[in-house]
Amino acid sequence: MSLHIVVCIKPVPDPDHYDRVTIAPDTKRIVREGIPTVINAVDKCALEKALQLRAQYGGKVTVITMSLPSADTNLREALAMGADEGILLTDRAFAGADTLATSYTLAKAISQLGDADLVMLGAESADGATGQVPSQLGEWLKMPHLWNVFSIEDVEEKKYRIKTKYENGYKEWEGTLPLVLGVSRELAKPRHIGAMGIIKAKNKPITVLGKNDICGIEDEYIGLSGSPTQAGEIRTPEMGRSGHKLEGTTEEIGIQILEKIRAGGITI
Amino acid sequence: MKKIWVYAEEVQGEISKVTLELLSKAKELAKAFSHEVEIGAVLLTKGIGEMTETLEAYGAEVVYAGEDDRLEAYCHTTYAPVLARLIKKEDPDIFLFGATQIGSELAPTVAAIVKTGVAAHCVDLRIGDDGLLISEVPAFGGKIIGEILIPKCRPQMASIKPGTFIATESCVKCSVVKKIDLTGLEDADKRLIPLKTCVTKSEAKPIDEAEIVIAGGYGLCCSENWSRLQELAELLGGAAGSTRPCLDEGWADNEQTMIGTSGKSIRPKVYMGFGISGATHHICGMKDSGLVISINKDKNANIFGVSDYYAVSDVNEILPILIDLVRSSKATAAEKGEKECH
Ligand SMILES: Cc1cc2nc3c(=O)[nH]c(=O)nc-3n(C[C@H](O)[C@H](O)[C@H](O)COP(=O)(O)OP(=O)(O)OC[C@H]3O[C@@H](n4cnc5c(N)ncnc54)[C@H](O)[C@@H]3O)c2cc1C
Ligand SMILES: Nc1ncnc2c1ncn2[C@@H]1O[C@H](COP(=O)(O)O)[C@@H](O)[C@H]1O
Repeated sequence: MSLHIVVCIKPVPDPDHYDRVTIAPDTKRIVREGIPTVINAVDKCALEKALQLRAQYGGKVTVITMSLPSADTNLREALAMGADEGILLTDRAFAGADTLATSYTLAKAISQLGDADLVMLGAESADGATGQVPSQLGEWLKMPHLWNVFSIEDVEEKKYRIKTKYENGYKEWEGTLPLVLGVSRELAKPRHIGAMGIIKAKNKPITVLGKNDICGIEDEYIGLSGSPTQAGEIRTPEMGRSGHKLEGTTEEIGIQILEKIRAGGITI
Repeated sequence: MKKIWVYAEEVQGEISKVTLELLSKAKELAKAFSHEVEIGAVLLTKGIGEMTETLEAYGAEVVYAGEDDRLEAYCHTTYAPVLARLIKKEDPDIFLFGATQIGSELAPTVAAIVKTGVAAHCVDLRIGDDGLLISEVPAFGGKIIGEILIPKCRPQMASIKPGTFIATESCVKCSVVKKIDLTGLEDADKRLIPLKTCVTKSEAKPIDEAEIVIAGGYGLCCSENWSRLQELAELLGGAAGSTRPCLDEGWADNEQTMIGTSGKSIRPKVYMGFGISGATHHICGMKDSGLVISINKDKNANIFGVSDYYAVSDVNEILPILIDLVRSSKATAAEKGEKECH
């Protein structure tokens, strides 16, 4: 048996710097200047698991992203990790897509590949963090899907026992390929990229596809106009508080803290 | 008539708390309309039992109920098509889901079938002047709040994290139960089968129910300090909460203790943070707490800016002292109590 696994990766502004994100007072647009773009961290966990499955069964791992042309760099990184091929969906017509339009576009491109057995995504992206693309991609592809997967074990050929997170526990499923899985961080720890990986990645193919390169894609469902959700105003939430500093020896601070806790309505 | 619906999630034979929170919010949203509004709850289950009464008590006027053995275990392949058909038949304006594990999968799945939008993980909802639902969603770990509108498609869907709204019982109107048409259930995709659900009963008090939450971060440095933190929380009758690194390190072992965008949103009377830097991902989940006290050894820690009181101190020193202080304070109180009894 061999598997063709497609992994969806999303370039996002590095979450370590989100305290630097602001809104420009004049244009009212989000300012993320100087924040580097990285592969959404959990997408690498999906890719890692895909590479492990390929090692086990043989086959091929394709990474795909819908993004700006600059996402070429992020795809190259995924190839350096070990993916075989990259696909970059980029077109002005795709801009402004919400989760429904994003998942539609990804689905159309994945269908065009024709032979995907397993589609893996991160459960959630760091910036928008809707966590909706995996389930919606599954619907467009007419494949069963699961969200927040943290364990995948094979039962027999093309049949898997899968665990998803659940409040205070987990759910267990039996899924037959093809499947779409939105995975959580616990599934696999991404490998480090070695020098060999980077060298090999240079010769791996990245295919760039625009709207006209994707078979049967309908304008009605792509980009801003194909998105049922529209963004309204944005603001930075007011979270600041007065911030009184407690001074003194550790003991004195402790006593003050206890007073404050009581004043806050807790009986000690 | 406008219809505002809430998906009624069942957890072990009972209606989940977030469902009641959403019904309460739905009642509030309904006030924005001058004409009549139907508040509906949609329940898919093996057995309705007493659940209708609970939904009614929190304001559901119509309970759309689908009862069938095949709905015993949740699976989107059975649940989502039923909901999509119901939507097509009844044409609700607004449909709210709890952003639980199930809700976070089911809402976008249903939306993809009926081709509408979902505002994910909303922190607030309101009705605009034009009668459209305005959902506020966090982005960039909560640093930015954006409004989401769904102008053209129906229903306007939204998922909301548990703990975002407050559940309030309403003066009970009698609700009507309408049976959901379940034809088509037999055609469900068989490629995915739910096997079992495992739930671990935790002894610890859930952080979203505690009046005081003592939270620890990476600055705790070791599992001993996490144990101390738990001890302090217990002494104060509260719960121990954590940041993500604290879980990653394995000091905290229950994911339900995590506070923030990918964890829980809490609003206790008192929140205390020990060795927490104050990343937006974390703050997003605790900012609605009554009183915020934080301890960090870095005098420039971000969390100080979102605290009512703070101390620049080492957790290794202050945690044992606080434990001693609370212990002796409780001992004195107990002694006093005893004397008064005699
Ligand atoms: C998509 C995404 C989602 C996330 N979701 C969440 C979430 O829901 N919840 C969450 O918490 N995080 C979340 N995170 C992680 C988040 O971005 C931060 O990394 C995390 O909140 C930082 O935790 P911390 O404050 O414990 O650790 P750090 O940022 O490492 O801070 C440790 C602090 O401890 C202090 N310290 C060290 N030693 C001592 C000592 N001896 N005494 C006193 N103070 C000391 C240090 O000065 C420092 O300020 C998420 C990240 C991503 C990318
Ligand atoms: N534009 C995109 N291109 C490729 N994959 C994406 C894109 N957007 C989202 N994804 C995938 O879907 C997952 C969940 O994203 P989201 O639903 O936006 O939180 C991400 O972790 C990615 O794996």
